[in-house]
Amino acid sequence: MYDGGKIIIGLIVGVGLLLSPFIYDAGKAAKAPDPELTAKAKEAKECVAETSYMKSSHMHLLDEWRHTVVRDGERYYKAKNGKVYYKSLQTTCLDCHSNKSKFCDQCHDYVGIDPYCWTCHIEPKENK
Amino acid sequence: MNFIISILFSGFAVSTLILIPWVGVGAFDLRVLFGVIVPYAAMATFFIGIIVRVIDWGKSPVPFRIPTTAGQEWSFPWIKSNPIDNPRGTGGVIVRMILEVLLFRSLFRNTRLEYRNADSSPRIDYEWEKWLWLAALAFHWAFLVIFLRHFRFFMEPIPSFVHLLDNLDGFLQLGVLPFNGLGVPCVYISDLLMLAAVTYLFFRRLYIPQMRYISLPADYFPLFLILALGLTGVLMRYFLRVDITAVKELAIGLFKFSPTVPEGIGVIFYIHLFILSVLIAYFPFSKLMHFAGVFLSPTRNLSNNNRFVRHVNPWDYPVQTHTYDEYEDEFRERMIEVGLPVEKEIEPKEEPKEEPKEEEKE
Repeated sequence: MYDGGKIIIGLIVGVGLLLSPFIYDAGKAAKAPDPELTAKAKEAKECVAETSYMKSSHMHLLDEWRHTVVRDGERYYKAKNGKVYYKSLQTTCLDCHSNKSKFCDQCHDYVGIDPYCWTCHIEPKENK
Repeated sequence: MNFIISILFSGFAVSTLILIPWVGVGAFDLRVLFGVIVPYAAMATFFIGIIVRVIDWGKSPVPFRIPTTAGQEWSFPWIKSNPIDNPRGTGGVIVRMILEVLLFRSLFRNTRLEYRNADSSPRIDYEWEKWLWLAALAFHWAFLVIFLRHFRFFMEPIPSFVHLLDNLDGFLQLGVLPFNGLGVPCVYISDLLMLAAVTYLFFRRLYIPQMRYISLPADYFPLFLILALGLTGVLMRYFLRVDITAVKELAIGLFKFSPTVPEGIGVIFYIHLFILSVLIAYFPFSKLMHFAGVFLSPTRNLSNNNRFVRHVNPWDYPVQTHTYDEYEDEFRERMIEVGLPVEKEIEPKEEPKEEPKEEEKE
């Protein structure tokens, strides 16, 4: 090879950077956290929408609620099963899901999301 | 090849690539194939292919320094030289390469040839043309930011630079628009920028006749592939959301070599992953190799020292030479005999030296 030393060093650095997740993650237990349900949430059995939708799209629902409440003053949400919910993060969502650290934060931290809910809303006080 | 055929061919290829995982996961639930086997195969192809190609390039001899000399060469102290555009040594080359790799300085010099009739006489002008540079820069940097942002799915715990990028990228908070479509507060600038830039780069190929003429399926295919990759990503983030904790579990499983295929990830994720797999597997065989090639481009990474360092061609074989001096030594007597001019006329001195030698031998 011509200038082989430089090329091979460059190759090792480049490939090493691209392979860094393999090295970084090696030997780490990185199981996805399971959101924990409170007794009240378990009792209610169903949320405002089905679990799979809530898992992937709760942010969309919350965003929609915010828009419609703040801009249009619509305070009531009719779920698919006909039940009507009061659109409120603090009084409806957190009524069941009062365990913010185990229900919200675990997964948000896991995928690196820092939602700005609590810059306006009051964080629930948890009894730890 | 006709550009319509090229575009149809590439478009058809990319559509097929979208359909394969769509049918495979959507209809036949082949999650292990599309979530584990295909990504691993693609990564193996990518890394082995890149190493093989770079080593192959490294084996090519560079017999002579061929840097483009876009500035005054270093010569005398009173002549001002340009150490970056005509580098004398390693330092200048490093600066030149950094500017090339990070800012695409060669593209910045791009000009457009314009032919026009001025006062009924033809004229050729070289016009200022920076749009290609701008779009290329926007595209590559946005793609890099997007790639690095994805490390939140690749690494656990997430390194802090990813959070920083995430915050910077989403700081416009475009989700709070007067309409209620995007559903998340952080709409990434890089997403929009990359899609816009790729679209521009595609239309540029169509719009400029010369570009249209030289464009081949190998040009359209990666563009479409990256566009599809970006669109599926945008769809997945803003419109057809999937359970991203499960996605991260799958990704981390791949990197830890203990692959898992969690339940309940939407098909759109497998389409995104499959397009990415095809893209990285296609890398070593395509023009996308410029991401390694830019470091090995001899017109940029060589210093211009031909005037003061001897470069020996590595494939030179020993050539038998017969210089004029040797020739004259051989034929001097006969040359003098026929009256040809010779450089050294020292025969009378040589003869007395040779004679005693002969006597000694006798």
